[in-house]
Amino acid sequence: MLKTFRGGVHPHAFKSLTAELPTEIMPPPKRVVLPVSQHIGAPGIPVVKVGDMVKKGQVIARSDVHLTSWVHASISGRVADIAEYPSSYKDKSLAIVIENDGEDEWQPGLLCHRDYESLTVPQIHEIISSAGLVGLGGANFPTHFKLMYGPDKHIDTLLINGSECEPYLNADYRVMLEETERVVLGTKIAMKSLNVRRCIVGIEDNKPKAIEAMKKAFSGTEVQIVPVPTKYPQGAERMLIKVLTGREIPEGKRHSDIGVVGLNVGSVAALADAVEHGVPLIERVITVSGDAIAQPKNLRVRIGTSVQDLIDYCGGYSRTPEKIVNGGPMMGYALSNLNIPVVKGVAGILVLSKAAVAHGEGAPCVRCGRCVDACPIGLVPSMLSILSERGRHEEARTEYGLLNCIECGSCAYICPARRPIVQNIRYSKTMNAGHGHH
Amino acid sequence: MSVTNTPEKTEAMVLSVSTSPHIKTAVTIPNIMWNVNLALAPAAIFAVIWFGLPALLNLVAGIVAAVASEYIAAKIMKKKVTIADGSAFITGLLLAMCLPPDLPFYMTAFGAVLAIVVAKLSMGGLGYNIFNPAHIGRAALMVSWPALMTKWTEMTTAADVVTSATPLGINKLQGYDALIQTFGSKGELYQALLLGTRNGSIGETSTILLVLGGVYLIIRGIIKWQVPVFMIGTVGILTWAFGGSGGLFSGDPIFHMMSGGLIIGAFFMATDMVTIPITTKGQIIFAVGCGAITTLIRLVGGYPEGVCYSILLMNALTPLIDRVTKPKIYGMGGTSHV
Repeated sequence: MLKTFRGGVHPHAFKSLTAELPTEIMPPPKRVVLPVSQHIGAPGIPVVKVGDMVKKGQVIARSDVHLTSWVHASISGRVADIAEYPSSYKDKSLAIVIENDGEDEWQPGLLCHRDYESLTVPQIHEIISSAGLVGLGGANFPTHFKLMYGPDKHIDTLLINGSECEPYLNADYRVMLEETERVVLGTKIAMKSLNVRRCIVGIEDNKPKAIEAMKKAFSGTEVQIVPVPTKYPQGAERMLIKVLTGREIPEGKRHSDIGVVGLNVGSVAALADAVEHGVPLIERVITVSGDAIAQPKNLRVRIGTSVQDLIDYCGGYSRTPEKIVNGGPMMGYALSNLNIPVVKGVAGILVLSKAAVAHGEGAPCVRCGRCVDACPIGLVPSMLSILSERGRHEEARTEYGLLNCIECGSCAYICPARRPIVQNIRYSKTMNAGHGHH
Repeated sequence: MSVTNTPEKTEAMVLSVSTSPHIKTAVTIPNIMWNVNLALAPAAIFAVIWFGLPALLNLVAGIVAAVASEYIAAKIMKKKVTIADGSAFITGLLLAMCLPPDLPFYMTAFGAVLAIVVAKLSMGGLGYNIFNPAHIGRAALMVSWPALMTKWTEMTTAADVVTSATPLGINKLQGYDALIQTFGSKGELYQALLLGTRNGSIGETSTILLVLGGVYLIIRGIIKWQVPVFMIGTVGILTWAFGGSGGLFSGDPIFHMMSGGLIIGAFFMATDMVTIPITTKGQIIFAVGCGAITTLIRLVGGYPEGVCYSILLMNALTPLIDRVTKPKIYGMGGTSHV
């Protein structure tokens, strides 16, 4: 028996739309929009001006704050604009627009060859601090920050997240299959950077090929590959930590407080590029899928490519789209504007028809308890939702653990009354602003 | 802002932007409710075969009155008509199944109207009612027409005894030995209780068909096995311990578990999601409470049967049980780390 966590749901996976499609390299777009804030922490400050010519990999926004992530040009060309643009990470962000000069030329000094084993830990830290790495699983947390905890944090375990529990998405799966060696290398670098010897890779058991590939690639190392049950939200940090280490993050604390650092498989692959080749994060693998896209694909795309460009590259629509989702169907959000850029933390763009998305008016709760059984955190979502509707937000926080909700959506997914539970909970959270720990 | 919206493509397209999750399970409330009706069907069909036309008349009266009163009330209150969700149908069906076969059909209809209008709609409709509507309807009929509500069909048992009492009634008034004599032997009694060839309310008699429907609901994930198992188990243990005349553990638990309305109550009424606790732990407490109160009424109360009142009493405790059985929240006083 595989270890599991409380609750969870089993939505139809729809992975087969793109699971066996090798990653295609999408040609660089004519124009990229690069928000200076694609991460948790301080926004970068632009270090280029409108009219400047930039090279691929060049730093275009940076900050001296530790909790930040630098932004690099993902194509070579001319800086066309620096202004507020809509973004999928925040509603709006200052962004640097680059028009492609068609050269796709690297910034001099990048594409080096380094052996991480010959680097000291401080050297590794210096490299990763400026490489623009963030959690590619959607957390957007700066990777270098996680890899530079001091000894006071007693980090003893590194977890590599290959669960990819959101339906439709295969970006991590393709990385595990196609870039296995980079994942191995990045994992070793992360272990060295954190000075830990214990590392566990968790992969959902619906990906046997990835489990096998990773087992083979990691053979002879201390790294354990652990199949985890296919159950949403397995990939949520709290759930994965619980399943792989048995530890729980106490209320109001972070992973680092219980000695664990978790990284997504794509994030460690990017880490390997940064350390061994000096290549900053300027591209990522993304799944474009859904029942209304003409050609579902896994694509390697430049950061800053617009969603519209992605859809055009995948042949446009096969039927009328009802919703275009940035991310997975459980936690991603619906786009109203397709002219927004793909930022670092976006693992998928889903183009869904009316038939594929949920509709419903939200009848009164019949107390069936399915949300209670599905909540991985152990909350009573039905009650939180009702309290929110009645304006009893404080009671929701003090009596029903409102702020512990991770908004995974399991409750609203399973609700037979189609109640907007997550929406109500989010509203209560905003009404409790100032008390939060998330 | 220097944003230029892509003209042609987005203009023609209206995108929906509601919040996540964007996909939902196929299971809906009507789906759940009609499955419950389906699960009740075998026992209801058997009732028509066993008790004949009066049973059919009452089943139809209950269902029609419940559905019609919900429809009319919605029209009067200018609310959305929700009869298609199947829940009023369940209330009417369940109520009729818990009534004596020879009750005049208009009383059944009256009970169904009360169940829907007073117990359900006046509370705010489906989801807001505190008490099981069918049981409120039955309790109201019980206090209004106590004689008619305890008048049972005259029938001949396997031992050629003509009786118009239920097995629980015989046990209460004449004792356990008389009960065995009425059916000929323990084996004959058990067989009658298992198959349903005995006296009682319209739909409560056939243990085997009710369990069949209940197991179907458990497999479909609509009810939890814990509720019927703990409720029936509690009655079994307590009647075995205290139900006999020969001291402790001389009772007949098999008889008690299959008699009266326990099987239908445990599988179909103590599992009514609206009126029972929301967590599994809470539901177990609820079920044990129902079983204990049922036994108390049967063994020391004035009535031969106590399933209906036990469930109504525990319904009243549901909010309290919910408060004390909240699940443990992740990360709250959980595991420690060096």
